[in-house]
Amino acid sequence: MLFSDSVFASRFAITRQDLESYLAEALSQGGDYADLYFEYLLTSSISLDESMVKSATEGVSMGVGVRVIAGERTGYAYSDDLSPDKIRKAANVAAHIAAAPAKVEKFDLNEGRRHNLYPVITAPTETAFSERVELVKRADRAARAADSRVFQVQAFYADNLRQVMVATSEGVLTFDRQPLARLSVSAIARQNGGPPQRGHAGGGGRVELDFFLHEKTPEHFAAEAVRESITMLDAVDAPAGEMTVVLGPGWPGILLHEAVGHGLEADFNRKGVSAFSGRIGQKVASELCTVIDDGTIGNRRGSLNVDDEGHPTKRNVLIENGVLRGYLQDKLSSTLLRSESTGSGRRESYAHIPMPRMTNTFMLAGESDPEEIIRSVPKGIYCRNFGGGQVDITSGNFVFSASESYLIEDGRLARPVRNATLIGNGPEALKYVSMVGNDLKLDEGVGTCGKDGQSVPVGVGIPTIKIDRMTVGGRA
Amino acid sequence: MSNNHLGELAQDVVRQALEAGATDAECTIAEGDEFSTNVRMREVENLKEAGSRGVGLRILIGKKTGASYTSDFSREGIAHMVRSAIELADLTTEDPHAGLPDPDEFGSAGGDLKLYSPGVAGLDTGLKIETAKRAECAALDFDPRIANSDGASFDSYVGRHIFANSRGFAGEYRSSYCSLSATPVAREGESMERDYWFTMARGFEGLEAPEEVGRTAARRALRRLNAVKVETQKVPVVFEPRAARSLLDNIYEAVHGMSIYRHESFLAEKLGESVASELVTVVDDGTLPGLFGTSPFDDEGVPSRRTTVIERGVLKSYLLNTYAARKLGMKTTGNASRGLTGNAGIGHGNLFIEAGVPTPEQILAGISNGFYVTELMGFGVNVVTGDYSRGAAGLWIRNGELAFAVSEVTIAGNLMEMLRGIEAVGNDLEFRGSVAAPTIKIGEMTVGGR
Repeated sequence: MLFSDSVFASRFAITRQDLESYLAEALSQGGDYADLYFEYLLTSSISLDESMVKSATEGVSMGVGVRVIAGERTGYAYSDDLSPDKIRKAANVAAHIAAAPAKVEKFDLNEGRRHNLYPVITAPTETAFSERVELVKRADRAARAADSRVFQVQAFYADNLRQVMVATSEGVLTFDRQPLARLSVSAIARQNGGPPQRGHAGGGGRVELDFFLHEKTPEHFAAEAVRESITMLDAVDAPAGEMTVVLGPGWPGILLHEAVGHGLEADFNRKGVSAFSGRIGQKVASELCTVIDDGTIGNRRGSLNVDDEGHPTKRNVLIENGVLRGYLQDKLSSTLLRSESTGSGRRESYAHIPMPRMTNTFMLAGESDPEEIIRSVPKGIYCRNFGGGQVDITSGNFVFSASESYLIEDGRLARPVRNATLIGNGPEALKYVSMVGNDLKLDEGVGTCGKDGQSVPVGVGIPTIKIDRMTVGGRA
Repeated sequence: MSNNHLGELAQDVVRQALEAGATDAECTIAEGDEFSTNVRMREVENLKEAGSRGVGLRILIGKKTGASYTSDFSREGIAHMVRSAIELADLTTEDPHAGLPDPDEFGSAGGDLKLYSPGVAGLDTGLKIETAKRAECAALDFDPRIANSDGASFDSYVGRHIFANSRGFAGEYRSSYCSLSATPVAREGESMERDYWFTMARGFEGLEAPEEVGRTAARRALRRLNAVKVETQKVPVVFEPRAARSLLDNIYEAVHGMSIYRHESFLAEKLGESVASELVTVVDDGTLPGLFGTSPFDDEGVPSRRTTVIERGVLKSYLLNTYAARKLGMKTTGNASRGLTGNAGIGHGNLFIEAGVPTPEQILAGISNGFYVTELMGFGVNVVTGDYSRGAAGLWIRNGELAFAVSEVTIAGNLMEMLRGIEAVGNDLEFRGSVAAPTIKIGEMTVGGR
């Protein structure tokens, strides 16, 4: 899609000359760089509870953010009104904030390169609402039919269509149309008057609605949520202390997101506040580990044709055979570190300053048979599914919470255990990875990452791996 | 748009919705100006300044609801929003409990709630930057081991909140705040740790001294240095006030009316029963002047109030909006909360554990071997079952004193047992945000480590 076809040109009559003049205004007080980020966002959500569609919502929001960089200093202003005088006013505010002697030479805007990772003709947001309502109803029916012990089901569907345009004083003009959809199901089961247990499942991506009709259906997510809630009915207390931990494939890749991903974001490293600062070239994981952050995988939740600074996303190697290779860079950090942007500059919306963020973070497959990995463990735990995680990037300590896990006894999966948090230290934890499975799987598309109050969609993935030593926070 | 215009717009949106076929309507408008600056290593790093606004609508057609919002205040933008909500109602299910509050529920808490300080809007940018710099400098100058920093920031906000519905309620209030925080990084040998401290108030003059914020943050980062991982064991656990607040977040989730009617809380069906130690009284009060959980009315137009949630260990009330109250055959507690649109959810006002008698030192004095938690990590709390397992860092208690730093451990238990196992509640309650707790001691939890 070309700039001239974008909503900004067609509906708001913004021209290339307008963009050039706003950028000139932003740089009128000096500065090294300026950019404009236009956003037009349509959102929809549907929620079902007690077999009733209790809520259906639609919304429209739009705005423009103006950024001026002068050295290490950033000025930022935004407007939710796209009229010329309001944009010019925001540019003027940002200009004064970052006032500096440096001057930018004259530039001309040219349309930049971008991927075509989600060639979605009709975004879910543009389909008939009634078709989307059917998804949550189907999920509810399937979950209730699956097992009579299920007594509560909630289903939630949300999608959005984000149209963005970035224009920079380096002359780059990019436009992108970013669809995103997600369906999630939660089921609660109870048996014989015992305590209830909850199970969750969900997924989606930058896909057409067809994805939920043919690839990952409401019935698929419902069955998975019910399976988890029923499994947990028999759960015993989790053990406490250091032990061997086997992570199943897929969403447990959140380990990588917390243990290494955040610590490798260039802003923290530029400032020397990350446990990984100054460790490029050093061994930070066992040689079985190669960790990638890849924003270019088709239709994935964490993928982008261009990042929120107008750079095409890339496949970035973070750790190669255990050795730390690189950081995730945005415009500001790469300039200050005299490096290249890795296409990792992202922001929640026009009201936010971009920063280095992950896209889809995963570990490459190894050679071990997953069955063999479990068989090799005399005593430990196997984690199949997780809730969220968190990291303190300075000490490197990270946690992630197991929502479905099992004891391993004599090389076999035994009883399920209750929720437990796992804790480790980023630069140390992956050194204990002793086996990596051949079954790399990416998650189903539910991840949202928070940093400095900004949320962005991300993906993770991992094959089955064995970690010889990690602390499990149970009570038994 | 001038002030009166937005109030009129809200009522006009309600009128348009009724004309388009809605039987009831609620309109929320929020408008605000934000400022934030971050300084790092004594220089300005970021400065951000902007204003924004949005309007949201929720309508009912009989017992079906539809909702929409927009940031487009043009005539077409508003018309599109109204049309969307009306169309969406057709797709939702008849819900016998859906609807606005009963007519006698509407109103506003009286008196001056001190939510707005007129000086905030005009605060000088130089002063705001200087304040952040003073906090960071105080941290950097506090000790040679503080050689780096993740900066200090000053944020301020001035906004208006407007709500009108088709039953004749129309209300609005202004609010403002300023906040200042500092995050220094301490280093000694291979050990690197950071921590933060902050102050917030409705007006600039209510903030604590920037130097005090910086020095407190520095002391907190320094005391985390050279932390060790202890052995796995069962010991008494003391939560310092900042960490104890998270226990209130867990209690809040468990008394949340929506979780109660769905039976997804370990406190469901426990009204009138003893659920915590007799030392524990939990109150939600949305009317305390100047505090951050205060508002004259909730997001359904029902007056904010004081609700005793747990009284000397006995569960007295859930936190409810109109919908959850109807599901449970009860009355709303004025805790409706939502963004611009959608069905009202539930929020809390100022939620706190009432202060007890002993000082924090007296609480520690009785412990020969235990864990003093200053930081909790992760999301390992399941309010359906009460299962609790979180990452933690803090200081080890030896013979009544804080002896050495501990990190990379977990603490685990079950919330119901933990609440019943509270053996001491400190006298050190202070409000720093809308959730507040004094020092809390729990008799025994499992610390997971080596």
